[in-house]
Amino acid sequence: MATLELSLDKDVAVSPVKRTRRLGPLFWVAIAWIILIFAAAGLVGVLPLPSPTDMDMLERRAPASALHWLGTDGLGRDELARLIYGARISLIVGLCAPMIGVTIGGALGMLAGYFRGRFETLVVGSMDVLLAFPPLVLALAVTAYLGQSLLYLTCILGVLGIPTFMRVARAATLTLARREFVIAAQALGATHARILLRELLPNVFLPPVAFFLLGVAVFIVVEGSLSFLGLGVPPPISSWGSMIGEGRESLDVAPRLAFIPAITMFLTVLSFNLVGDTLRALTDPRQGAL
Amino acid sequence: MLGFVARRLLYLIPVLVAVSLLTFLIASLLPGDLAYVILGDQATPEKVEALRHDMGLNQPIWWRYLSWLGHVLQGEFGRSFRTGQTVLQAVAERLPVSFELMILAEIIGLAIGVPFAIACAVRSGSAFDRFMTGSAFGMLSVPTFLSAILLIYLFAVELRWLPATGYVPFQEDAVGNLRFFVLPALTLAFAEWPGIMRVLRSDMIATLQEDYIAMAKAKGLKPSRILFVHALKPSSLTLVTITGINIGRLIGGAVIVETIFALPGIGRLLVGAIYTRDLIILQGVVLLVAAGFVIMNFIVDMLYAVLDPRIRHGHA
Repeated sequence: MATLELSLDKDVAVSPVKRTRRLGPLFWVAIAWIILIFAAAGLVGVLPLPSPTDMDMLERRAPASALHWLGTDGLGRDELARLIYGARISLIVGLCAPMIGVTIGGALGMLAGYFRGRFETLVVGSMDVLLAFPPLVLALAVTAYLGQSLLYLTCILGVLGIPTFMRVARAATLTLARREFVIAAQALGATHARILLRELLPNVFLPPVAFFLLGVAVFIVVEGSLSFLGLGVPPPISSWGSMIGEGRESLDVAPRLAFIPAITMFLTVLSFNLVGDTLRALTDPRQGAL
Repeated sequence: MLGFVARRLLYLIPVLVAVSLLTFLIASLLPGDLAYVILGDQATPEKVEALRHDMGLNQPIWWRYLSWLGHVLQGEFGRSFRTGQTVLQAVAERLPVSFELMILAEIIGLAIGVPFAIACAVRSGSAFDRFMTGSAFGMLSVPTFLSAILLIYLFAVELRWLPATGYVPFQEDAVGNLRFFVLPALTLAFAEWPGIMRVLRSDMIATLQEDYIAMAKAKGLKPSRILFVHALKPSSLTLVTITGINIGRLIGGAVIVETIFALPGIGRLLVGAIYTRDLIILQGVVLLVAAGFVIMNFIVDMLYAVLDPRIRHGHA
């Protein structure tokens, strides 16, 4: 599909990142925020937090206090604890799903770009079939049949990410496979496996990895959307999306219940987008002459 | 041109067949017996067995796929075992709502994105341009359901200008209908305009350096005419591309927006079918949406070829 191939090119041209190798202060703020979220999610067991599932019916929608730093939600559960436990869900899905995508998609893309021929047609064709479904619709349909669980959710989203990574890896492989060092390796009698792993992989590696961070942002949003609709991870596990969905019910009395997770999610998505976009601009092979 | 259309059409057939196969496999291979779902937990094994027999669930899977495909090709997508409505009736009833939503969203998105893109391109590098480019980048990080919540909070809860949920048919009350559509369409448009602006802006910056723009200026044409007619024309191709790429996201966004704002469109039909485990409706809607999406992409590809002759002759 010509339209999608073109989108990759156009996006690069309009990235707001200046084509310099300097990283601005915004980049480091984004990195700091990501580290903060990771640290909070990773250390959640050690932190002195109230339980995210303990309900306190006398303290429903209580304002911030020494015990509940961000107050409590509609069922009297600690908002900060739910927020941090929710960060774990977002990060697990956000990191594992594109991991599946970049591994399978990257491998398929390299094989397709290197071997060409029927195999390439088959791979590109099956990706077109996967792309024929609006992603959210396919994710919804599969969750409906499989049932809601963190594992299924991650796997489904991972499969949905394969086509994009396949395209990026294939495009990079196609140009590299005709370069002199590959021809030299072939002339020296290197096996296909050796050429793919030792010659091509180190060179193809970077573009999909830069896309990986943008993928994290996308998948955090998709997980949030599904949870918001009540079709993500099952309750009582908290997720940013389900917290926003629950907060929506009390927008008139306690808008912060929706806005605190909303702002956290926005900042996280924005940070991954910023870092991913900066790295993509830096690793774009068209800019630096090799 | 004809050869190009024919080639693309031929490619469409295997894709559509594969789409139908995938839809069918999702529904049949995954755990959960349809007969159990219909009859509920209390069903006796004999009843389940009888229903499985009636529905042909005991046949081999390839046979079930072929017979299902045969029915689909005759326009029989099955009927809901909850409401008794056929899939086609349900979809036909809700399609206008979803179309209205998506078209309004795209119009608003263009109405915000195009003027900003032109304004930025004219003064590229200025503080205004940097501010707008930054805002557009930030907006791309706002998920649809976040802007929905924000708009509901501002316009429905705080200001009380617009209704948060509900729907009246256009024929009954045109103004009321549009009032219900303002917030959902704005929500979707918020996700659309940054993409439109970013791509169009970089396009326009390149166009404005062309000789014929200098020529138009030298002729003394009005700046507004140069910008909106001469400079925008070559970007029509870009606009078609963006619209094409946006369709998939627009459909996904419509699912969320229709659910939040309680608009009776396709998206809400789909989510409702999931909540009530109405698997026949779900299967039919997923197939129809995917087929519609493939065909819309095909139309965009064709439009693209009409606008740019190079694509017709190159390998597409």
